[in-house]
Amino acid sequence: MSDQPNTLQVAYVRRELLNEEPAPASSRGPVAWLRESLFSSIPYTILTLLCIYILYVIIPPVVDFMVTNAVWTGSDRAVCATEAQGGIQPNGWFGACWAYVDAYANQFIYGRYPDAEQWRVNIVALLFFGGLAPLLIPAAPFKRENMLFMVFVFPLVAVVLLTGGDIAVSHLYIPLAVLAVIALGVVYAFAKGSESDPLPGLKTTAAIFAGLFVMLFVLGFDFGLRHVETEVWGGLLVTLVIAVTGIAASLPLGIALALGRRSALPIVRFFSIVFIEFWRGVPLITVLFMSSVMLPLFLPEGVTFDKLLRALIGVALFSSAYMAEVVRGGLQALPKGQYEGAMALGLNWTQMMRMIILPQALKLVIPGIVNTFIGLFKDTTLVLIIGLFDFLGQIQSSFSDPAWSSPVQSLTGYFFAAIVYFIFCFGMSRYSMYMERRLDTGHKR
Amino acid sequence: MKKLILTSALGAAAVAFAGSAAFAATLDDVKAKGFVQCGVSQGLPGFSNPDADGNWSGLDVDLCRGVAAAIFGDGEAVKFTPLSAKERFTALQSGEIDVLSRNTTWTMSRDTQLGLNFAGVNYYDGQGFMVRTSMNINSALELSGASVCTNTGTTTELNVADYFRANNMEYELVAFEKADEVVAAYDAGRCDVYTTDQSGLYAQRLKLTDPGEHKVLPEIISKEPLGPVVRQGDDQWFNLVKWVHIATVNAEELGVTQANVDEMMAGDNPSVKRLLGSEGEFGSAIGLENDWGANVIKAVGNYGEIFDRNVGPDTPLGIARGVNALWSKGGLMYGPPIR
Amino acid sequence: MAVTDVTPNGAGGDDDQAPRVALLNNPEIRGWIFQIVLAILIVYLVYAGWSNMNANLQAAGIASGWAFLGNNAGFAISQSLIEYSQASSSYGRVYVIGLLNTLIIAFFGIIFATIIGFLMGVARLSKNWLVSRLATVYVEALRNIPLLLQIFIWYFGVLRLLPQPRQGFDFGFLGLLNNRGYFAPKPVWGDGAEFTLYAFIIACIAAWALGRWARARQMATGQTFPAFWTGFGMIVFLPLAVFVITGSPLSWDIPVMGGFRPSGGMTVIPEFIAMLVALAMYTAAFIAEIVRAGILAVSRGQTEAANALGLRSGPTLRLVVIPQALRIIIPPLTSQYLNLTKNSSLAVAIAYPELTSVFAGTALNQTGQAVEIISLTMLTYLTISLLTSLFMNWYNSRVALVER
Repeated sequence: MSDQPNTLQVAYVRRELLNEEPAPASSRGPVAWLRESLFSSIPYTILTLLCIYILYVIIPPVVDFMVTNAVWTGSDRAVCATEAQGGIQPNGWFGACWAYVDAYANQFIYGRYPDAEQWRVNIVALLFFGGLAPLLIPAAPFKRENMLFMVFVFPLVAVVLLTGGDIAVSHLYIPLAVLAVIALGVVYAFAKGSESDPLPGLKTTAAIFAGLFVMLFVLGFDFGLRHVETEVWGGLLVTLVIAVTGIAASLPLGIALALGRRSALPIVRFFSIVFIEFWRGVPLITVLFMSSVMLPLFLPEGVTFDKLLRALIGVALFSSAYMAEVVRGGLQALPKGQYEGAMALGLNWTQMMRMIILPQALKLVIPGIVNTFIGLFKDTTLVLIIGLFDFLGQIQSSFSDPAWSSPVQSLTGYFFAAIVYFIFCFGMSRYSMYMERRLDTGHKR
Repeated sequence: MKKLILTSALGAAAVAFAGSAAFAATLDDVKAKGFVQCGVSQGLPGFSNPDADGNWSGLDVDLCRGVAAAIFGDGEAVKFTPLSAKERFTALQSGEIDVLSRNTTWTMSRDTQLGLNFAGVNYYDGQGFMVRTSMNINSALELSGASVCTNTGTTTELNVADYFRANNMEYELVAFEKADEVVAAYDAGRCDVYTTDQSGLYAQRLKLTDPGEHKVLPEIISKEPLGPVVRQGDDQWFNLVKWVHIATVNAEELGVTQANVDEMMAGDNPSVKRLLGSEGEFGSAIGLENDWGANVIKAVGNYGEIFDRNVGPDTPLGIARGVNALWSKGGLMYGPPIR
Repeated sequence: MAVTDVTPNGAGGDDDQAPRVALLNNPEIRGWIFQIVLAILIVYLVYAGWSNMNANLQAAGIASGWAFLGNNAGFAISQSLIEYSQASSSYGRVYVIGLLNTLIIAFFGIIFATIIGFLMGVARLSKNWLVSRLATVYVEALRNIPLLLQIFIWYFGVLRLLPQPRQGFDFGFLGLLNNRGYFAPKPVWGDGAEFTLYAFIIACIAAWALGRWARARQMATGQTFPAFWTGFGMIVFLPLAVFVITGSPLSWDIPVMGGFRPSGGMTVIPEFIAMLVALAMYTAAFIAEIVRAGILAVSRGQTEAANALGLRSGPTLRLVVIPQALRIIIPPLTSQYLNLTKNSSLAVAIAYPELTSVFAGTALNQTGQAVEIISLTMLTYLTISLLTSLFMNWYNSRVALVER
């Protein structure tokens, strides 16, 4: 089309574009925004006013309590009690006692872990977050090496540092050796029976047992560290130990259960379903009661478990059932073509799962795993009911200290706990949303 | 295959953490591991309470230290497991702890049905009531219709039921899992009355916002002999724990104190010499050295000293000796002779 | 198949079999070997645990068996729906009371959580900036703080906010409110009250039948009938009429202030209030997200198409949007209901006498029979869960889209 307009036949045609006019004053600027989003109709106006009233009722007292009236420094209860209660504050004063939180900060983080040994906890925390951060950032390099470090090296280092190592494991060498011989024999027999080369299987098995021997050796080696029993662990340390161990243990178990539930083998499927539905059907608190009261009865005479370990077992079994359902969601989300394609390539079941299905499925369920972790992190608070001192338990137990007892003490403690839990959980949920969006783009059809 | 490896790895990890405890010969086991594992409360001032550094102290704790001193000559060779009321018996039954010293009331059903043995009484207690001073109540008989806070898993909730029923009074029971929660709820005004062992009332009163606002009523509605508990079927260990406590009582009777043990050992009183091991062969019968008694007193002192140090009139608890005085002073503490 | 294996003489019946495959390479046989090994392992573990337990119980001399359920419990319970006397009631009755208390807190919790959750979910989608922001803050704050902590905060908050009994609020006929709980008037039914109940049941059945008839008629003729309002009217007015005719056989037991706390009436203990608020608010935060996702998932095209068909906004919502949103909302909603029911076990921390607290707590402490009591408690929760799942699967298969 020519851009020569036919000017002869039309009396008037505007040649130049008009400048953009600003929107009318009534529909721009803060006033318009207010009208649009807050006062657009009578019901909306009423709602808005109601909300403003709610904010007015909630915010000023909370700010007063948390900031304006709060006490930030001090050495005992006097600073946080009114004159009538034997303190220095004017009567009618009501504010948070952050001085108490400050005085107890160490216990809230480490529990009663000896002061002189707390550097060990710090190192473990540093290693953990240092190792985890690059794993969580999709762009960071060395994923594989990092993963290997987190899976194989870190747990061992953490156990040795936190407990002090030198664990009595010498009686385990012989059973493990026997087990190794049996395992090698089974692998060999299996390979012979199926007329394939036994060498690769034997190598893998030998490597695994060698790893176990190294593990035992490290656990049993005396590094000269002071032994710290789990009874004195507490605070954020216990919360993180339970949550992280729970999730780490539940991941492999959960994957196995999810595969089992989708397996074609009836007995495997049956046990998987029973296991999953059982743990999902009961409240965690009864699981914890069971592991703390009943588990000792199931063990042979003379074998006892650490209290923390018992809680860990309960938590791990419980969360593995939830993890299994998350993983199953990922497995179901994969198009059938992936399975068929893998089979068409002649892969056997193990190869198919290991190389085709699980990598894709697990990637899909990262947000689900993070959400399970958030749930688990919140649920760790329940261990205080069975007498472990997690973060909340430690805060609660500090309420019994007469040196700081005042009417605002428990409220301050609970507020502090709420803030800390919120920061952790909110941060993780943001991360999970970020991953969800990121993974989503790859799967848009 | 993978599963087998996984299982065995888990098993190995589990057993690596697992301690060991034998049901038959607790003493041998304790000697082998080098310390006594002692079950205590989760924090009851005066009886078993950890300070900010995690050091335990209290009447029940001193009993454990006494046992450790008798075996190892060192009152520090003991580790403490804080237990809730619910867990305490299971912990002992399963061998997780060697001795339970957690203000536990000696009752027939506990002694006979739980597979446990009570090794004496280290504190004669009774259940009492605490109320607010402002309520102007002077007797428990005025409590009809009251809300009563207590914790579960104890004899207290049964006693209070019996007491109110016997006196034809109504009440509402609010029973919590943990003592701290009971105190918090009572402090917040949920209940009119807080009931537990009287010693516990004095101890927990320290945790209230304004301890001066609360008073303990004079009535004692039950017998609560508190004492250490061991597993049934190990008489040697049972005797050991029993006689450690008796030794502290005898020491008070004989005037042996933490300070003058060595002096007394060299003295002439045959009863003292038998107690402290400079005469006779009383240690070997319970699998110990003969100077076990001396070690106990050196570590924790006699019963009077233990009492005064932990709960006596000069402590924040301020409990008078009362029925816990020696029999010769009108109390119930009576140590069978060592001979 | 058998081509490579044909023998030269061509004889032999079993020649057309597959090439000889090592037994262990047959996936079916491998599967069975694996399964049998697994089964043996599991059975062994269960057996070992069982025999250990028996040995331990025997060695420790702990009583076992279910006889304790008939024994007298002897302790008091602060809330019981059925009659309970500490003088004569058994542990079996304690179990029933605990279960009922669990169910009642779950029931009310579910109702309130659903109401708050739907309100918040809709509020999050509101065009009103302040409303949607507030709803977002609500959801994020409550979702990210542990429930147990919230329970503590509500409980001690409720206790501190409410006045002592003597200074309590008196609402006259509506009862009393103080830190011993809410004391509501209790209905006392007189003679002939059962007729009102019968009338109510008859009205319900009639309303249901009417609804069926109206739908059938609409299917057949296209004519609509205001079945909902007619049915509603029947359910309200029929029992009311009977009630008046039989002479209003109802009186109220109004609580009066006693020495320590009010007596008479119905008591709602503060533990119940705190637990209810905490459970409802916490679960509502999750329900809000589910509702929001459900509504967002119904595409705008559905609404537009309904409008194009000439449906007004009411029927559009009722017949097009909500049924589709519900299909997405209901499955996760049920799992939230289940979570709420299971979370009610946290009441053990604040002495609300539900199953875990009163049975797995107090009764366990008194009898020491950990194995029996914990197993029974777990089984009970499991049964509740499984029944709910069963119902859900049935419902899901009913509403699921039939894909071709």
